[in-house]
Amino acid sequence: MSTVAGQRRSGTGSGTVSGSRSGTGSGPGRGLGAGALRLVAGRSVMYAVVCLLVVFFALPLLWLVLTPFSPTPSYKASLSGFTLANFEDLLANPQTWPSIRNSLVLSVGSSLLVIVLAALAAYALSRVRIPGRDQLLYALLLLSSIVTGTAAMVPIFLMLFQLGLIDRQFGVVLVLSGGLLPAAVFMLKDFVDSIPRSYEESARVFGASPSQILRHVVLPVIRPGMATVGVWALVQVWGNFLVPYVLLSDPSKQPAAVVMYTFYDAGGQPNFALISTFALVYSVPVVVLYLFVNRRYGFAFQGGIKG
Amino acid sequence: MASVTLTGLVKEYPNGVRGVDGVDLQIADGEFFALLGPSGCGKTTLLRTLAGLEAATEGRIDIGDRDVTGFEPGERDVAMVFQDYALFPHMTVTDNIAYPLRIQKVGRDERSARALETAQGLSLAALMERRPAQLSGGQQQRVALARAIACHPQVFLFDEPLSNLDARLRLEARTFLKQLQKSLGVTTVFVTHDQAEALAMADRMAVMDGGRIRQVGTPREVFQRPANTFVANFIGATPMNLLDAQVVGGALDFGGFTLPVPGEGGRASAWPVAEGDKVVYGVRPEYVQCLPAPAEGAARGEVTAVENLGVSVLVTAQAGEQSVRAVVPESDEPALGDTVHLAPSSERVLLYRADGDGELIGR
Repeated sequence: MSTVAGQRRSGTGSGTVSGSRSGTGSGPGRGLGAGALRLVAGRSVMYAVVCLLVVFFALPLLWLVLTPFSPTPSYKASLSGFTLANFEDLLANPQTWPSIRNSLVLSVGSSLLVIVLAALAAYALSRVRIPGRDQLLYALLLLSSIVTGTAAMVPIFLMLFQLGLIDRQFGVVLVLSGGLLPAAVFMLKDFVDSIPRSYEESARVFGASPSQILRHVVLPVIRPGMATVGVWALVQVWGNFLVPYVLLSDPSKQPAAVVMYTFYDAGGQPNFALISTFALVYSVPVVVLYLFVNRRYGFAFQGGIKG
Repeated sequence: MASVTLTGLVKEYPNGVRGVDGVDLQIADGEFFALLGPSGCGKTTLLRTLAGLEAATEGRIDIGDRDVTGFEPGERDVAMVFQDYALFPHMTVTDNIAYPLRIQKVGRDERSARALETAQGLSLAALMERRPAQLSGGQQQRVALARAIACHPQVFLFDEPLSNLDARLRLEARTFLKQLQKSLGVTTVFVTHDQAEALAMADRMAVMDGGRIRQVGTPREVFQRPANTFVANFIGATPMNLLDAQVVGGALDFGGFTLPVPGEGGRASAWPVAEGDKVVYGVRPEYVQCLPAPAEGAARGEVTAVENLGVSVLVTAQAGEQSVRAVVPESDEPALGDTVHLAPSSERVLLYRADGDGELIGR
């Protein structure tokens, strides 16, 4: 975007300068003409760059949509004919459905855990005054990227080993949720902060207990926030490769992201038919979920009470 | 229905600030009581302490014959209407009004029926399925009232419920609220910073400043005989004239002019003041006449400002070292720079001590 603005500004700027310099004698026509030329040139360059960028980002998507239906799948994004045979291959593969089910177990499990814990923590952090609360939140947020990152994999592996959680999906859910919680708390706290305290005070005067206030007032009001955080967590876990790859050894427990990695033929060549088809099937649920939540709540990363 | 008694009530915040500083107050059963004061005077803190949203540091709160000092808000049998109404945005009007009943574990059908019944009395019956965001400010206010009424409390607590309404609606809501309170007969404590609201609606009122109550009385008493210079200055559409004076030779010396001591015969001996005492001479601008010719008991001044108040004019005149305001009919409006003679009607004059809290000197 900055290049766009820059091009436009330099184009019109030089136009006015040359126009005023030519002054009364030759009239403004020549200066404007030169300016317009530069404007056209600038625009052309800009469009060329934008087109290149679009192609760069669109090609993988095009590959994702075209290759599953291609009789000769390869690196190339081309549709040489149309077939559904790749899908038949995928359905015939014994790992397909269990891995998708595993992905669902991990992502839905983590998502629910994150929503519940983050909502409670966000409410407490928003309403209780603790010294250094904001610093704590920022520190957690920074550290969380380490927890699920590559650097911490060895200690995490050792820790789960000692806890007896290696090769168990519950362990993966715990590790992934731990990594997602700080950001989730951070997002949800913003929603809770935007609830006027008078809502809770009003309920309190009517005799509501703290848990009733939470269930009747706070949680319903931050529901859009919880939906956003839930989908965000789901997508994060759905796409996570490293953590389940390291912590799960039994192939029957591995999620789709890890199973896709095993789609090679005997000669070590990637099986494009399976990989491309599986990639498409794998990405559909996330897109559908996103569209559903977007329509139901609208994505909002900040709290807001209307009316 | 119950009376409310506050005894030696103190609310001190952790930083040592006293929001409520030793308040003793009795509010009778069924009374409409206003707490009035400038921003930050502690009136809302007092109300919140009464509701139980703030814990009292010292003192005691009785509602009816129960000592509720240590009670949770929900156990005090009070209902509060907040300044922003605090309607739950995700609930319909029915669910909002029925919320206190939901807490009391009343069945769904019965609470809907009771919510509708309450709503009918406030002409909200057509709006029962709407959400708060779809209501106007006046409607939201009525829903908040209906929710308070639906739980049949012993005491209503209103925290500036009219301040979010526009000026015209506020006048209508004022009348409506007063009628409603009289017909329900529920003891009501009402916080406001708008003195016109307090004077118009309250049976009795307390004027607060700095966490303390400066005067308690009926609106008429507070308006006609403010107990000290703070209340005198605070109450009234146009602030009272408060002029520094000294008792000299049985009259009042204002530095530049003298006026007789108010009352029959104009003798200082009728008042508990001594020769040389410094006093504050208080008279409302409405009770100061602005005469074109010199007269007995009038101070000569020069007009420095003329403000239009509609049917009357507020004239500010410089008399000696003092600035004196008078309200005159629009037909008698003087011009800037005119010389006028300001004559306070002596039966309306109040004298205050110049030192201490500026207490009223009894006549």
